[in-house]
Amino acid sequence: MFELLGSDLLYKFLRGPMCWVAFILFFVGSIYKIIRYTKELSQEKVVFVYVKPQYALKSYFHWFLPFGTRNWRLHPYMNLFTFLFHISLIFVPIFLSAHNLLIYESWGISWWTIPDKLADIATIIVIISCIFFLGRRIFIKEVSYVTYLSDYFILAIVFFTFLTGFLAYHQVYTYKIFLNLHILFGEIMLISIPFTRLFHIWSFFFTRGYIASEFGYVRKVKDW
Amino acid sequence: MAEATQFNIVDPGIEEGLEKLTEERKNEVLSKFVATLKKGRFDVYVNTCIHCGLCSDACHWYQSFKDPIYSPVGKVKQTIWEILRRDGKVDKDFIRRAAEIAFTECNLCKRCSMYCPFGIDIGYMMNMVRRLCHLLGVVPLYIQDTCNSHAVTMNQMWVKEDEWIDTVFWQEDEGQAEIKNFYIPFDKEGADVMFSVIGPEPKFKPQLIQEVATLMYIAGIDFTFPSFDGWDNSDMAMYVGDFETCERIKRAHFEAAMKLKVKRIVMCECGHAFRSVYDVGNRCLGWKAHPIPVIHAIQLYYELLKSGRLKVVKKIKEPVTLHDPCNVVRGRGLGKYARYIMEQICENFIEMTPNNEHNFCCAAGGGVINCGPIWRGKRVAGNSVKADQIKRTGAKIVVTPCHNCHSGIADIIETYKLGVKNVFLVELLLQVVEIPDELKVEY
Repeated sequence: MFELLGSDLLYKFLRGPMCWVAFILFFVGSIYKIIRYTKELSQEKVVFVYVKPQYALKSYFHWFLPFGTRNWRLHPYMNLFTFLFHISLIFVPIFLSAHNLLIYESWGISWWTIPDKLADIATIIVIISCIFFLGRRIFIKEVSYVTYLSDYFILAIVFFTFLTGFLAYHQVYTYKIFLNLHILFGEIMLISIPFTRLFHIWSFFFTRGYIASEFGYVRKVKDW
Repeated sequence: MAEATQFNIVDPGIEEGLEKLTEERKNEVLSKFVATLKKGRFDVYVNTCIHCGLCSDACHWYQSFKDPIYSPVGKVKQTIWEILRRDGKVDKDFIRRAAEIAFTECNLCKRCSMYCPFGIDIGYMMNMVRRLCHLLGVVPLYIQDTCNSHAVTMNQMWVKEDEWIDTVFWQEDEGQAEIKNFYIPFDKEGADVMFSVIGPEPKFKPQLIQEVATLMYIAGIDFTFPSFDGWDNSDMAMYVGDFETCERIKRAHFEAAMKLKVKRIVMCECGHAFRSVYDVGNRCLGWKAHPIPVIHAIQLYYELLKSGRLKVVKKIKEPVTLHDPCNVVRGRGLGKYARYIMEQICENFIEMTPNNEHNFCCAAGGGVINCGPIWRGKRVAGNSVKADQIKRTGAKIVVTPCHNCHSGIADIIETYKLGVKNVFLVELLLQVVEIPDELKVEY
């Protein structure tokens, strides 16, 4: 088992065809779902007529700002962890120098990178945040009441992707095993986005924008 | 699975509905409902909610009981997620509990939508569960009765046309004891204002008709009341999920104004009726907004004070606080107008915390109080947070510019022995505004 996990064959498979599959499923799945929802929502007649960008943008701004809304101020720790977690989660994979190098090797293109030290800190933040979220799911009653197995699954994907990435970078134990696992989890995460509630990375912009317009345009109050 | 609450309340409407519900009807309705859940807004909401529980603190029910079954997401879990998980194959016990949750444990106040980081509209989802219960015929007795009344009489309280006219005449008579030549014009074509009230006003609180008419008479407003169907602006049908009846009554309301060729409608101090005009009723009818200008009584009072048509000659000395009704403040941003009025007429105005659009619901709105007296104990227990909020202000008077809030807060004041008086805005205004000498009755 360990031999297989650390094998070059698996590495080649994960870096080659599996990588294509993951990215294609991620992009095609996401686009398909966005188109499907857009179609269904426009059939609902009472949705898009009320969506106004000016209110949506204002609302995004407040909800993206740490302590920018009353609920964030009521839950300062949750806010802090959520904020740092998501920032790290988005920036580390895209701007990590090692990831950039892989793309440069394949296609000869590259973009800005963040220093490895910073990436390290951000990774630790993601790992700690995952533990924090897990703690909430277990110990806070209103969260544990609505926690399903799928919630642990989503959390585990993120947690293990970053943990194995961290271990691989620091070459703890067997580098090859962690590298392969890291790629595998990363690909599972990409594939999961359109098909699980990780879809919220896209749908956030609709749901937030819609309720912001509903509040700003119809109800004439702020929604933060 | 849905958990039972500590309240063991048997609602005859729900029970009878369940008894009559056939297996075929249940399957037919539920399979259609599941199809609705799997597309559009519902599907987006279900697939976006990350189960973080951050909406919990927004809900007065959760704040009062601290039990997760009362949190907004907890209510969605017990109803919508469960229906999806079982693919619509639910039993009658499940439907009984779903009806209890949707009708009596959620006020559709939409505070949770404001607190959800994704802005998931849980109020909308709960209203759709009510729609499901309505289609199944499983609805609490009292609120179903108001809906039946709407369908038959076009008003909420089985008030017949002659009774309505008679009540207004009676109030005109009463008013003449105070104001010289006071009269309440019926069906005046081309008036500036058509004033519409809710069914419970002629039924239970007729003096409010006289009070608001007096205020308009003093201010010299060209107003009228319709004598025919459409005088009632209330809408319990939307809270039952009976959108077909909702359409009929909203249309009657707007058509009354059109028939009288008035410039605008002013609605009485009621929240849900206002919501029905700007939010639910218009959308049911397929209109983006209401077809003629409609304002709430708070806006009218604000205009009259601001323009000087009503002059404040003295101020209320006792400490006063304001309860912001969800449907007019979180629903339509009228908090600033209400505050202007409070500042003008009160010497000592104290804010509740939280206030304005963050205010807690009264736990009576959203049709919950209309589910009848058997649910009263639960409803009041489910809003201890409101009692604390009122107590903290130290005020002696609570202003509740909404009928449901008024009744709901009266119950809270009584149960928690707060020793506070709760009033409508018009009642305070009449105490402080100047009545011109030429309008005073001499004895």
